[in-house]
This record gives sequence, C-alpha cells and structure tokens, in this order.
Amino acid sequence: MNFWQKLAGCILLLVVCLSLAAGWLAPAGYAYQDRENAGAPPSHQHWLGTDDLGRDRFARILYGTRISLLLAPAAALISTLLAAMIGGFAGYAGGIWQRAATAITDLFLSLPWLFLLIAVRALMPLNISPLESVTVTFSLLGLLGWTAAARVLCAAGASLRDSDFVCQARASGVRNSRLFWIHVLPNMAPVLLAQFWISIPVFILSEANLGILGLGVAEPLPSWGSLLRELEGMISIGDEPWKLAPLALLVVVVTCFQIVLSNQQEVAA
Amino acid sequence: MTRCQNFSFRVLLGAALGLSAAISALAQGGGQLRFCLHTEPKTFDPLQVEDDASVSIRYLTGGVLIRVNRQTQALEPELAESWKVSKDARQITFKLRSGVRFSDGSPFTAEDVAFTMQRLMDPALHSPTGDAFRTGSGKVQTRITSPTQMTIVFPAPVAGLDRMFDQVAIVSSHAFRQESAVNGPFLGPFVVAEYKPGSSVLLRRNAYYWKTDAQGRKLPYLDSILLDIQPNRDIEMLHFRRGEDELINALDSDYFDKLASMSPELVHDAGASLDSEQMWFNQVAKAPIPDYKKAWFRSTAFRRAISEAINREDLCRVVFHGHAQPALGPFSPANKFWFDSKLKPQTYMPDAALKSLQAEGFHLDNGTLKDSHGNDVAFSLITNAGNKYREGMAVLIQQDLQKIGVHVNVVTLDFPSLIERMTQTFDYEAILLGLTNVDLDPNAEMNVWLSSAENHQWNPQQKTPETAWEAEIDRLMRAQASASDPRKRKEYFDRVQEIVVEQQPFIFLINKDALSASSSLVKGENPVILHPQTFWNAERLTIAKAN
Repeated sequence: MNFWQKLAGCILLLVVCLSLAAGWLAPAGYAYQDRENAGAPPSHQHWLGTDDLGRDRFARILYGTRISLLLAPAAALISTLLAAMIGGFAGYAGGIWQRAATAITDLFLSLPWLFLLIAVRALMPLNISPLESVTVTFSLLGLLGWTAAARVLCAAGASLRDSDFVCQARASGVRNSRLFWIHVLPNMAPVLLAQFWISIPVFILSEANLGILGLGVAEPLPSWGSLLRELEGMISIGDEPWKLAPLALLVVVVTCFQIVLSNQQEVAA
Repeated sequence: MTRCQNFSFRVLLGAALGLSAAISALAQGGGQLRFCLHTEPKTFDPLQVEDDASVSIRYLTGGVLIRVNRQTQALEPELAESWKVSKDARQITFKLRSGVRFSDGSPFTAEDVAFTMQRLMDPALHSPTGDAFRTGSGKVQTRITSPTQMTIVFPAPVAGLDRMFDQVAIVSSHAFRQESAVNGPFLGPFVVAEYKPGSSVLLRRNAYYWKTDAQGRKLPYLDSILLDIQPNRDIEMLHFRRGEDELINALDSDYFDKLASMSPELVHDAGASLDSEQMWFNQVAKAPIPDYKKAWFRSTAFRRAISEAINREDLCRVVFHGHAQPALGPFSPANKFWFDSKLKPQTYMPDAALKSLQAEGFHLDNGTLKDSHGNDVAFSLITNAGNKYREGMAVLIQQDLQKIGVHVNVVTLDFPSLIERMTQTFDYEAILLGLTNVDLDPNAEMNVWLSSAENHQWNPQQKTPETAWEAEIDRLMRAQASASDPRKRKEYFDRVQEIVVEQQPFIFLINKDALSASSSLVKGENPVILHPQTFWNAERLTIAKAN
C-alpha cells in the first residue's frame, strides 16, 4: 500500500465513521421538516443549509452516506456470489456449462439494465417501508449486476481448470467436488475479492443514477442518488454551491475507492 | 432664453421627437419574436391537433369563428360577426365576416366553414376537437343560406356550443390538403413559412390577415415568430437569459424565483391557473388490495379526515415557493364563470381529523392509528418519478399524516407503470397526480365525473353508480350538458362541485399559479392564466430593437 492508498483509505474510514455518528452529529435527523426554513443557506443551525422541504442537508448527507456505504457492499456481495456461482463454476466445468453461462452473461449484458431495473422495480409491492425499499433497491442492483464479474470469474475458473496443480490433483483421483471446494475455490479468492471491491463504487453510482431518476430509495430516507437530485436544473448551482456537497462527497468516495482498489483491479485484470 | 439657446432647444426637441417617432415606428412594426415549443408539433392539420406544440401553432395560424378572450374569458366575434345558438342547443347560426381572405388570397366563405365541420366530424379523422361536439348519434348538418350566413345543426344538444368553436380553426375548402397541412392556407395572423423537424418552426405575418388596430394599421405588428423546438427547460432558460428568446410560458416556480431574483420585471405571476394537483384513494371493488383498506378508502369520513389533515398552505409555500394556491374544489377560482364561489378553503385541522376518525372507530395506539380491527392505518401513495413538485408534496403529506398516526409510504414509479396500475390492474392504494385543464367548460370533464367514464379515476367504468352521490353527480352532469341556459348549467355544476368537496373522491390539493417570463423588448404583453399565457395577443405584440 503506497502513501496515496493509505490516505484514501483514511478518508474512506473517516467518511464511514462520520456517517455512523450521524445520530450524534445531526440530532435533527434526516426526515424532520423545518418548513419555516425551507431552502435556507448554511447557518450555525444547519451547516449545509436545508433542502427545498426544510430538511437539514448535513444530516441527510450523513444518513445517505450510511445507506450508500453500507448497502453498496451488500449489493456487491450478492453480485459477486452470483458471479462466482455462475461464472466461476461454468469456467471450471467448461464445455456446455461454459457456453451456456457465456450465452446467459452475454444476454444479460446486452439488456439495457437501467430499463430492466425500472421494470423490475415497478413490479415490486408498493406498501413497503422506506427501509425495505432501500434493501429492495440494492438487492435488485446486486441481482442484476453480476454479469461483468461473472465473465472475469469464468475466465479465472477456466484457467484454473487447465492449471497443472488441478490436473495433478485430478490425476491423483481427487473427486470433482473436493477438487472444486478445496483446490479451485481458494485459488479464486483473490479474483473474487477484487471483484467484490471494484463492484462497490459501481453500485454506489448505479443507485445514484436511479435516485436522480427519482427511482431510488423511498422518501424520506436519503441516499446519495436522491441528494444529487437537488442538482438537476443547473441554474441553482452557481448561487448555492453548498448544494454541491453530496456530489463532492460522492466524487471523493468513489475516487478513494479507485485509489485503494488499484491493486485489486490489477488482480481482476 | 437667447435666440441661440432657443434654436438649440428646438433642434434638441425636434431630434427628441424624431427619435421618439422612430422608436415608436420600430416598436409598432416588424421584428421577430422568439420562444420555445417544448415538443415537436405532431401535426399541422388544425383539426387533428392534440399536443401543446400543435395547439400553439394552431392558435397563431388558425382563424376561428369565435374566440375566447384569454383575459376576460368572454366570447368575442372573430370570423363570425355574430352568432346565435338555438334554445335546444342543437344548432348555431353564424353571420360570417365578409372580405376575409386566406393567406393564399382566396376568399373565406360559408363553404369553408361547412367543409371544416364535415372534416371535423368525420369519424375517420379521429379529431380530438371533433369528439367534443359528438354528443349524440347522427350526422352534423350544415345549411348555407348565403356566402356569409350559415347554420350548423347537431343531432343532439351540445352544451356550451358556441365556446367550443374557439378550438375550431377553419380550413380552406378548395386548397387544404391534409398531407400538406403545413402549407395552409391560413386565416390566422401568421402562416407557417418554414418547418425544420427537430429544430424550429418559422411563422411569418399573414399578408391577408383581416384585422386592423384602432388606428387602422394592419395586424399583426410582428414580421415573424421563430419557435425553437427545445424540450430542455434549462436550455430554454439560458436562451432567455442570453436574449435569444423573448418569452417563456408555463415557468415552474424554481425557474421563476431564479429569474425574479435577477430581473423581477421580466417575470409574471398571473395567479392561480386552471391546473390542479390532487390525490385520490382506490375505491375499485375488484382492486387487489385488502378488504379492510377498501373499507377505509370507501368511507367518506376517512377521506374527509385525510383531507383535513393535509396542510395545503404549506404545500403552496414550501413546495411551490408561494406560487400556488390551496385548491378549493374541482374548478380553480381562475375559472371565473364556472367556479362555485360558495366553496370555502379546506382548513388544516389535524386534531379535528383525528377526532372524526376516532368517531369512526379508529384509535391511536402508541402514535399509530389503528382501525376497529386493530390494523395499522398505512397506505402507499404513488406519484410519477421525476416530478420534484409532486414528490415534494407527497413527502409533506407523509409528515402531515404522520401527525395523526397515519403512515404513508411514498412510492415513485415511472409514468407507464403508474398508468398501468391506475387504469388496468388497479393495484394501488392512493395516487397523487395533476390535471391540466385547458377548457373552461365542465363538459370537457364529462369523462372524469360520470361514473361510467374511463377517467373517473377513483372507481372508473361503473356499470351503474355504486354510490348515491355518484348517481347524483351523473344526473347533474347530464342535466348541465343538455341544458341551454348557462345559469341553469352553472346551478347544476355548482352542486357537482359541492358534492365533490363533501365526498372528497379527489382530495384537491393546490392550483398552480400561471408563471411566465417575457423580455423587456416585448411590448404589449399581458400574461394571463389561460393558454397561451404570454402570446394570446400575439397579433398585437411588438418587439423593440435591442441596443
């Protein structure tokens, strides 16, 4: 880990700690509407001002960070596991399995995922709490976002299948299931881990995209996506630069992730 | 004053007068007005117009027999010098203006009106304007008694018959071709000179336009109007700020405030418009929602209590920055004739709402309202994703209702999914949407208020009215539609408005203000609440030359 990676890691840690301390740092909460002070500029009471409905922007950023930073890894975990099961197994098994998995992956990759996500979301039950909705949103992201990782893991599985030590183990009479769990899977761990880490910023940005379309996390729960919606309408930015805070935080976090994961990306490649 | 000074004074005075006359001349004639259409016009055939962009072009290029004055909302003679509607509201007789010519120089006669009516009522044309005239089976007949006198006979009474001719642009019987409608010929103040799909529509002055001003000058004053096709409101705003456009119609409150902070003299808030925002509960018997929720939604007391617990003043002040008014009922006070002035504003009364709910068997348990069977009172409120004003209203309503223990889940859906749930599957609990009204007459809302109608959104297409009050609304709407006396019609429709406010099938929330902006170069503008807000008097607008 070089200096920049350490620095980026510290920043990420700080952001996580701040978001976890949201209840203490912003006691007003993310949902309270101070309707007399809607759209207020930064003040002692509201460090980053209030949004159009009078909600404390600082509190909403902290809680939104908590949601995005906690649930994006969960979505990444779902997608990586799916990718491992589909791509990793198919790559290792080879033959018709690999061809089938490649075809399914190609099919999924060719789908316009955003529209697919919107369509799937429209079919979900309506009467769910905001917390359930955020879980559903990130789960959907995870369930639909496994394809790119699956390709990498398929290639990794295929290379392991043909590796010398697997051939030797197979020649020694080791059963296929034992071979997969004891020899292949542990050797895929670095690639899995890399895929997991590099998926996190992707899911953060995906949720932000959905949020900008108004299809992300349900109100009043904040997320980075819903916070970024304040920036639609370029006319409002020039005079109210504090509205850029969620965007700045998103850029910082995603950049830090990229710096920290630069080694992982080499592994994944 | 010395002779020299006197001479200098005269020279200066003369120069000033000359300059003033020159400025006046510049202001009185010529120039190009520019503004944006937000969508591509779907048609140039004035009888097939449906979308906003085509409506704007029809307004600027079409000649009508009778015009609704957008400011006074009264009817004014245009191509018809006078008219008379029969007592049974089945026929209308026009005395047409003589000496009027189409933009190709051909004369306008009763033949053209007859041709227009035949085309308009042709079922194969599927004219949305024509549909409004279709009140009974049978053909519409036209009787021409002279080149300037004619009668149109409808198979059944048509309420508000004369007012509906505001939307009927007369087409030429000898030269109009549907496939080349863009070429006219036209009877309005402007003609389509050039259409660049996806880019712009250029309108030029109609040299044969019949109107003159009080001084006998030919109208319109403008040489041309350039309509940029620009769906992006940010870019429209930039164009306006750079002086590349002179008008903005239907501004939203954010843009309005931004412009007002920079140049307050450029923006106009004409007050409450006809547009309303409302929410409603699903009362469809076959809807796939729990029976206990259906029971709440079908309870008048429940709907009224929810209505009382919503702070409409805050919706106007917080979400629309004060550029909206609490809605009083189905029609906005902006509709001068049809609004029922007896309606009172809905006061925000969360305590009274809670008490009336408790009287209906609901009770508060640890901050959560429960019904008599112990079910938590919670429902989902859907609105269309991407509309920040509706989303804002939904979030404020969520917090308002939380105060009486009602839990609201705000759900934003893409519009097609929302419409499918609303009209096909009925799989929803409550919806927040808006109605854009362009017609002042309640007949235009028959498809909303009749219980058998498709757009009777809370419980559409009922075979027979499921409630006594819906049966009463049906009766009153039909009575007003067949009555010819405007006072009688108003009496019937006032009662409809009162029933709707009593029963709250739609919980009317706000009426948005009509906001617009016009450049200081535009002279003679007088923005109003009716479409087209800023260019309703386009023929009398002038453009001063920029320095």
